[in-house]
Amino acid sequence: MDFLTVLISRANYWAYIILMMVGLYAMIAKNNLVKKIVGMSIFQTAVILFYVSIGAKQGATIPILRHGPVPEGGGIAHAALRHGTDAVQAVNYINPLPHVLMLTAIVVGVATLGVALALAIKVYKEYGTLEENEINQRLRRG
Amino acid sequence: MIWQLDLIILVLVIVCAIAAINVKDLLSAAILLGAYSFLLCLLWAIMGAVDVAFTEATVGAGVSTVFCVSAVFHTTRRTTD
Repeated sequence: MDFLTVLISRANYWAYIILMMVGLYAMIAKNNLVKKIVGMSIFQTAVILFYVSIGAKQGATIPILRHGPVPEGGGIAHAALRHGTDAVQAVNYINPLPHVLMLTAIVVGVATLGVALALAIKVYKEYGTLEENEINQRLRRG
Repeated sequence: MIWQLDLIILVLVIVCAIAAINVKDLLSAAILLGAYSFLLCLLWAIMGAVDVAFTEATVGAGVSTVFCVSAVFHTTRRTTD
């Protein structure tokens, strides 16, 4: 495999690394509190992108069975459906386990965003600014 | 998964993220974060994670944009970076 093929076939993971570093940079280097919170949100969604990319598959469909479960018993025809080529093949379906984990992560992300913004509003009501250096100056003055 | 569409949306997502942290106005940052979330929602739908896609569209893009906009209106739009 040449370099370009590797670059394109792993594009989700490259994008995940870039987004995570963008979020980390915003959390560390930005001076404004809301900008830091936006960076935290980007960081969280980068982790979600990583997990969903693990579950994704080329040439597979969404994880819903095309036909229902085969009933117990029922003779030779049903036995063929359970074990033969018509049986449910896991390779045809995207892995749903990372999706379920990330549903929780999205909701937790919104909850942390709400708490962080509420704290930012309290800081603004106390100090009259959202800039970190101005807050530090006022703290040093006492 | 359609890889051409995947690549285009990945580029747009990165552009939106960088714009959201570099823009000089906090309201614009909040709206760009909402656009970023909707693009990610498209990305989940392409990767076959439809349940994650509609959760992201309602909770991630909808509710968090409303939170950010209301926080900006309770404080200030001014920012130095």
